[in-house]
Amino acid sequence: MAVHELDAKGLNCPLPILKAKKMLKGLPTGDVLKIESTDPGSVADFAAFARQTGNELLSSESAGDVYTFEIKKA
Amino acid sequence: MPNDASNTKSMSIIATKGTLDWAYPPFILGTSAAAMDMEVTMFFTFYGLNLLKKDLDLKISTLGNPGMKMPMMGMHMAMPNIVSTIPGVDRGATTMMKNLIKKKGVASIEDLREAAVESDVRLIACQMTLDLFEIKKEDLIDGVELGGAVTALEVAGESDINYFM
Repeated sequence: MAVHELDAKGLNCPLPILKAKKMLKGLPTGDVLKIESTDPGSVADFAAFARQTGNELLSSESAGDVYTFEIKKA
Repeated sequence: MPNDASNTKSMSIIATKGTLDWAYPPFILGTSAAAMDMEVTMFFTFYGLNLLKKDLDLKISTLGNPGMKMPMMGMHMAMPNIVSTIPGVDRGATTMMKNLIKKKGVASIEDLREAAVESDVRLIACQMTLDLFEIKKEDLIDGVELGGAVTALEVAGESDINYFM
């Protein structure tokens, strides 16, 4: 299981989701994508994205202005 | 549409507006739905056809737009209609809006449209509008289908979510 990283800081809706989706597409099942975002709206959006696509949201954390998400490719 | 996940919902959007500001709602929802593995169809009619042109030269107008209050020097500025009619005001407002879009990390319409094409969003141009405004299919980006009201309605009837914008 490999962990891949996506820096989506500074990007606004829906770019963090679009970029995450694009990266997830190329990953094998079970790999994890770690996303860093500064868009407060991405907290709700990544949770909904995971529910709708079946990819698992392993974690959703915030530290200061940066939100970090880990999504496991289904 | 080839999907790699479980989402089987579908969405259709009718895009009727051709300004820079109103280009956002259909493309943001269209690309986001595609990212959620929905099957997405966007039908472009009337001024919405602007959004499919190869040469995307989108503008905003402050005229008759009292809801548009641009952040400026810590305040919000609306444009009185009488000022909006002065030549160059719309061009200035368009430049301001484009600068704001860049500064806030908002995607350009060009990028969102490319994302829509890449994620296999079905793009349909209204044949009647092409005829009415004398727009050639060659003026539109590649991969656009042509269709009419019945095509749009057929898609709408099979979609879980339908938006008119």
